[in-house]
Amino acid sequence: MTVTENAAELAPAKEVGQARRRKEDARLITGRTTWTDNMTLPGMLHLAVVRSPVAHAKITSVDLTAAQQAPNVVAVFSGRDFAEEQGSIPCAWPVTPDMVNPGHPSIAVDEVNHVGEAVAIVVARSKSAAQDAVELVDIDYDVLPPVLDMEEAVKDGADLVHDQLSSNTSYHFVFDAGDAGTGANTDEAFTDAEVVVSRRFIQQRLIPAFMEPRSVVVQPQGDNFTMWSATQVPHVLRVMLAMVTGVPEHKLRIVAPDVGGGFGGKLQVNPEEVLSLLVARRLGKPVKWTETRSESLMAAHHGRGQVQYVDIAADREGNVKGLRVRLLADMGAYLRLITPGVPALGAFMFPGIYKFPAYRFECDGVFTNKVPTDAYRGAGRPEATFAVERIMDELAVELGVDPLELRRKNWIKAEEFPFTTVAGLEYDSGDYDAATQQALELLGYDELRAEQQRRRESGDPVQLGIGFSTFTEMCGLAPSRVLGSLAYGAGGWESASIRMLPTGKVEVVTGSTPHGQGHETAWSQLVADQLGVPFEDVEVLHGDTAVSPRGMDTYGSRSLVVGGTAVIKAADKVVAKARKVAAHLLEASEDDLDFSAGKFTVRGTPGAEIGIQEIALAVFAAHNYPEDVEPSIDADATFDPVNFSFPHGTHICAMEVDTETGMVKIRKYASVDDVGVIVNPLIVEGQIHGGLAQGIAQALYEEAVYDADGNLTTGSFVDYLVPSAADLPHFDTGNTVHAAPGNPIGAKGVGEAGCIASTPAVVNAALDAVRHLGVSDILMPLTPERVWRAVHQGGDGGDRAPAGTNAYGGAQTESTAGVSTDASLGGEL
Amino acid sequence: MIPAPFAYARPTTVDEALQAVASGGEDVKILAGGQSLIPVMRLRLAAPETVVDLTKVAELRGVREEGDAIVVGAMTTHSDVITDPLIARYAALIAAATETVADRQVRHRGTFGGALAHADPAGDLPAVALALDAEFVIAGLSGRRTVPAAEFFVDYLTTALEEGELLVEIRVPKHEGWGMHYEKFNRVAQAWSIVAVAAVVRREGDRIAEAKIGLTNMGPTPLRARGVEEALAGAEATADAVAAAAARAAENTSPSSDLNAQADYRHHLAQVLTRRAVTAAAGL
Repeated sequence: MTVTENAAELAPAKEVGQARRRKEDARLITGRTTWTDNMTLPGMLHLAVVRSPVAHAKITSVDLTAAQQAPNVVAVFSGRDFAEEQGSIPCAWPVTPDMVNPGHPSIAVDEVNHVGEAVAIVVARSKSAAQDAVELVDIDYDVLPPVLDMEEAVKDGADLVHDQLSSNTSYHFVFDAGDAGTGANTDEAFTDAEVVVSRRFIQQRLIPAFMEPRSVVVQPQGDNFTMWSATQVPHVLRVMLAMVTGVPEHKLRIVAPDVGGGFGGKLQVNPEEVLSLLVARRLGKPVKWTETRSESLMAAHHGRGQVQYVDIAADREGNVKGLRVRLLADMGAYLRLITPGVPALGAFMFPGIYKFPAYRFECDGVFTNKVPTDAYRGAGRPEATFAVERIMDELAVELGVDPLELRRKNWIKAEEFPFTTVAGLEYDSGDYDAATQQALELLGYDELRAEQQRRRESGDPVQLGIGFSTFTEMCGLAPSRVLGSLAYGAGGWESASIRMLPTGKVEVVTGSTPHGQGHETAWSQLVADQLGVPFEDVEVLHGDTAVSPRGMDTYGSRSLVVGGTAVIKAADKVVAKARKVAAHLLEASEDDLDFSAGKFTVRGTPGAEIGIQEIALAVFAAHNYPEDVEPSIDADATFDPVNFSFPHGTHICAMEVDTETGMVKIRKYASVDDVGVIVNPLIVEGQIHGGLAQGIAQALYEEAVYDADGNLTTGSFVDYLVPSAADLPHFDTGNTVHAAPGNPIGAKGVGEAGCIASTPAVVNAALDAVRHLGVSDILMPLTPERVWRAVHQGGDGGDRAPAGTNAYGGAQTESTAGVSTDASLGGEL
Repeated sequence: MIPAPFAYARPTTVDEALQAVASGGEDVKILAGGQSLIPVMRLRLAAPETVVDLTKVAELRGVREEGDAIVVGAMTTHSDVITDPLIARYAALIAAATETVADRQVRHRGTFGGALAHADPAGDLPAVALALDAEFVIAGLSGRRTVPAAEFFVDYLTTALEEGELLVEIRVPKHEGWGMHYEKFNRVAQAWSIVAVAAVVRREGDRIAEAKIGLTNMGPTPLRARGVEEALAGAEATADAVAAAAARAAENTSPSSDLNAQADYRHHLAQVLTRRAVTAAAGL
C-alpha cells in the first residue's frame, strides 16, 4: 500500500469563507433565550415613565398625590426628587472646543424640551399598576413656542430651545482641506470653475425602530448594582453610568443579554437607564423598566435630520474641481452620547470615491424641540454618501453626460490605492470599475436602458429610471489616536480572551457585544481555523462586564475588523504558549515544530505529535510543563487599528414610476459590495439585505414627522412605515474581494454598507425616470403624493400634511404621550 | 401598552351576548376579532368599562345561502371569508378586498362583521358592502332589524348600531354575471388604504348595463360614486367611456388630509383608481 500524504488534503476545510448557519439563531428565533424583559427577580418593582405631552414648556406645578395613593404603587418621583443626583446624560464627543452643551437631565426638573421627555416615574408592584397610575400624575405646563425648523432656528431673533443660551447653535464645525493641507483652496476652485451646481438636500429624521424595545433591570446587592439592559454598549454604559451617578465603576456590573437589534439606537446612555439605577439605589429594590413601542418611537434617539447645502465645481469636460458642503444638523433638544459627532464624522465621507482637488465642510449643530438625534446605521456616512451621489447626478445632468461616465472619469483608479483623499483619509484597497462592471451585468443594464427609451418614446404612464450609487464608507471604528484627534471621548480598540478548557473546548470572550450580528458564529469560525479545533468546540461569551471586562462594543461596522482581529491575535498567543508546552512534551526544539490543523508535529520525526486540545488538558493537570512558563495557555489580546477600513461598492436601482399616481416600485436592484475578505457569506448576505431594506426605507417609506406643536405624528407603526419583505424587491447581490491591508483577516466591515449605499441609488433612479418631465428633485421619503406633485405641479413634492392617518383613531404622540383617556370611539371593534 | 382595567364577559349565544351588553354598564365595547379594539385599548384611546367577547358565539360564524342572497355571519373571520365558496361564487369582491386587509395573522383573527361595525373609513370592507348593496341584520333585546348599507354607515367610526345592539349578520345579494374588482392604493402591503375603489359592473354585450362603485377613505364614511355610476349606466364598454365616467369619481367626496395624502391628491387618486377598477371589473 502506498500512502501519499498531502497536508492540504488531510487538513479540515477552512471555516473562514463557509456559509455556516448562525449557531445563535435557534434560540433567538424561538425566543428560548433571556431577553431583558424576560428577567424576573424576587421582589422586583416596575417602573412606568410619565412623559411630557408638550414639546416646550416650563413646569409650573407637579402633583403626585393621586398617583402615590393608587393601588400597588410604591413610590412616585418627579424630576425634583432626582435633581441633585441625576447629573447629565454624557456627551462623549465635544466636536469643537467651544461646543455648547446645555446638559441633559434624565428627568425634567423645571422645563421640558421635547414631547416624550420624562417628567415623572411611577414605581409599582406590577407593570399594569404602574401604567394605571401614570394617568393620575398631574403636571401643569406653561407652554413655550416650540422650535422645530432648523432653518428658522438659526435666524437672528429665533425662539430659543434653551433660554439660558444665546442661540440654538451648539457648535460650528469646519473641515477645510486647504487649511488641513489635504487639498487646494476651495473658494478659488469655485471662483475658477466653469460649471457650478448647487443643491439643497434634506435628510429627514429617521427612527431606528429596533425590534426589541429598550428594557432595563437593576438589582441592588449591598453597595453593588447589576444592570441588565437591552444595549449595544454594556462596556461604555458601565463607565458612563459610574461617572453620571457616582456608583463606583467596580461596584457596577452591566449585562447585555441577547439583544434584539439596535442599528445605533442602542448605542446610548439612556435617560431610563440612569433613572432605573437611581430608583433602585433610592429604594434598595430590584426594578424593571420596559418601554412600549410608542415610547420607543418618541423617546429613544432618532437618526439623520440634516439640511444639506451642497455645491460642486467642475470643468466642462466633467473633471470635478471642488466640493463645498454646509450642513444644518438637527441635534434635537439635548446632546446625547455622540449626537454632535454623527454629522462631524460624515465630514470625511462627502468626497466619496472621487478625486476632488478642493473641499470645505461646515456644520452647525442646531437645537430643536424634538427628541435628540444620535447614531443610526451609518451615522454620518449615509448622509454624506447621499449628498455626493445625488450631486454627481445633478452635475451629470448639467453637463449633459452619462452619470456613470462622470463618476468613472473622477473616481480613484484601482492602481492608485492606497489613496489619500481630499478629506485626509487613506483609502485602503478596491477596484471601483470592477464592482461597477459586475453590477451592470447583474442588473441587465443595457436591456433596461432600452426599455426606458421605449417607455419614454411611447409616453407610457409607467416610466422607468436607473440610478447609481458608487460609494465607499469608513468602517472598523476606529484608530484610537484618530478618535483622539477628533476629540472623541474614548478609544477604538477591541479586546478578546481565549480560555482553553481542560476538555479541549474553547471559550472566546469578546468585548464586541453583538445584538444580532452573528458574532458567535463568525468568531467560532475564526478560532476554529486559528486553533485547528472543531467549530462546535468553540463557545463565544459576551455582553457581561463581569465575564468580558474590557470592550468597546458593537457599532460602526467594527466588530469583525477590530474585535475579530483581537480574537485572531489572542488565538496566535494561545498557539505560541502551547508551542512551548508542546516542545517540552515532545522533547523537541520549538523551532522544529509545525502547527497545522490543531496539531504540533516535529519536523523529520513522523508520529511525534500532540494536539492543542490535549495540551489544554496537560496544562490543566500541570504535572509536566516547562520550567519557565506559567501552567496556562490562555491568552488576551487588544487590537487598536492603525487605519479605518473602506468597503466600497456599486449599487444600481431600476425604478418604475407610475406617473398617474406617483407610486414608485423598484423593478430591479443590483449591488456589488467589496467588504474585503468574507468570513461567512451567509452573514454578509444577510447584512446586505437588511442594510438595503433600511436604506431603501429612507428613500421611500420612513420619516419621523412632527406637527406644528411638536407632537410626533408618526407615533406608531401605522404612520411610521417600516417596510416588510412584501414591500421590497429581490436583491441581486455580488461581491468583489480586495483584502483590507489593515487587519490579518482582510475584512472591511459590512454592517452599514447596504444602508449607506442604497438611498441615493433609489432616489437617483426615481429622478431618472421622470427627469424628462421636468423633475429635478423629490423630497424623501418619496411618497406617491410627493412624486405625483413633483411630476404634475413641479417642485420637490413639498411637505406632507402633518396629521397622522385616521386609521383606528390615530396613534400619534398627541394621544399616546398624554395622560388622558378621554376618548370614545363609536362602533363595535 | 397595557389597557386600563375593564370587566370581561364571554357569552356563547347572541341572547347571552345581548344580556351581557345590557348589564355591562355605561361604556361597553364588543370584541369581535380584536384587531382594532385591542390596539386602541392598549394605547388607552379607549377605556371601556366592559368588554363583551363574541369569539365563543358559534352561531355568528359561517356563510350560508338564503334565496337570492348569501348571509355572512358577523364573526366569520377574514381568512374564512377568503376561502368561502359561496362568497367566491356570488360576491367575489368581498374575498378580493379581504385579501388586501393587513396581514395573514390579522386576517386569522379579524372578522367581517367586526370590520364593518368598526366603520373605519380607511378600512376596506365598508365600501365593498356598500357597492354590493349589502344589508345589515342587527339584534337587540327587543328583536332584530335590517338596515341597508347606505344607512348603516353614519359617520367616522359611527354606524346605525344603537347602544345595546349587535351586528349579527350581513346579507349580500347574489351577484351572478357581474364583474368585480377592488383597486387598493397603499404604501406598504399591510397598511390601510390611502384610497381604494370597489367596482361592481354588469355588462350587456358592448355596453355597461349597470355599475356600482364604492369608495374607501374618501370621506368620514364609505361612499358610492353616484356620478360615475350614472355615467356608466348604458355607456359603451370602452376605455374612453370608462375614463370619462371615472373623472366624476371625486364628486361629493370630502376626504381628509394626512401624511399619506392631502385631499386634492385623494380626489385625483379616486379618479385614477376608479378608472382602473371599472376597467378591470368590466373585463376591458
